[in-house]
Amino acid sequence: MHIMEGYLPPLHALAWTVASAPFVLVGARKVAKVMEEHRETRLLLAASGAFAFVLSALKIPSITGSCSHPTGVGLGAIVFGPPVTAVLGSIVLLFQALLLAHGGLTTLGANVFSMAIAGPWVSFAIFRGAAALGLPQAAGVFLAAMLGDLATYCVTACQLALAFPDPASGFGGALSKFLAIYAVTQVPLAIIEGLITVVAVNILVQHSRDELCALSFLKGGALKGGAR
Amino acid sequence: MSRRNLMLLGVAAGIAALPLLLRADGGFKGSDDQGSAAVAALAPDYQPWFKPVWTPPSGEVESLLFSLQAALGAGLVGYYLGYRRGSQRRREDAPRAGD
Repeated sequence: MHIMEGYLPPLHALAWTVASAPFVLVGARKVAKVMEEHRETRLLLAASGAFAFVLSALKIPSITGSCSHPTGVGLGAIVFGPPVTAVLGSIVLLFQALLLAHGGLTTLGANVFSMAIAGPWVSFAIFRGAAALGLPQAAGVFLAAMLGDLATYCVTACQLALAFPDPASGFGGALSKFLAIYAVTQVPLAIIEGLITVVAVNILVQHSRDELCALSFLKGGALKGGAR
Repeated sequence: MSRRNLMLLGVAAGIAALPLLLRADGGFKGSDDQGSAAVAALAPDYQPWFKPVWTPPSGEVESLLFSLQAALGAGLVGYYLGYRRGSQRRREDAPRAGD
């Protein structure tokens, strides 16, 4: 989902940066608030960021014969909420842009928008929706992480199609090309991310009850109790 | 680690390994690079207008940094889980020690 450095025209790069900035700023304030009001969750916050660090470093082969990587931000979105996750995801993307020439500074805004904003919000909405529908918690976590991962790659495809519409078939034609590269490849990886996130939440429910209660993750009927 | 979690991780590993067996012909290039290639095909005249501030000089150095990223992350996650387990166990033992 990394749009490489310089691969978005200046106007698009600027627009996505402007679009992403408020989310990251609000997120930064939320991070400060969480660290102050729930000091006991600091280490969990660091671990959630670390989880995204690990998962987004793993290039995993896909059935399309190419490789891609999970995002790892679904966990943060479920436990801490999307605003905090916007910050966690931005840190990962900045690290990769500066040290790995993966993504870039001019495309940071667009990449933050797909991986640190759109994906986490989709995860969060699906997790809440699944809980409201009374689905088992594990199913909600799986769907949230999987579809959030997939959403990130669909947003990347849209961003590139907006910037580089097909000369003949326009935005739609370009979108189907980019979706074929990003979204189709991502399907098995999204499933992997869903499964790993379920395991992570199972472990947290078992060992980090206090923190999850402080973050109100374990409040409410549907979320009570251990892994089901 | 519960049996259920191990099973889930096993399935995840299987999904990751399967393409290597089924698509032995695949080049397994990165989708990000394919995306850039698609841009070049759609807009042949487009020139990336900004260069990465720093590029790892070789594939080896790049894999070093990717491994570091994963290792740092995994180390922190492991530290957190160990810390939590330890403090949970201490709390469970505490009432007995207090008697």
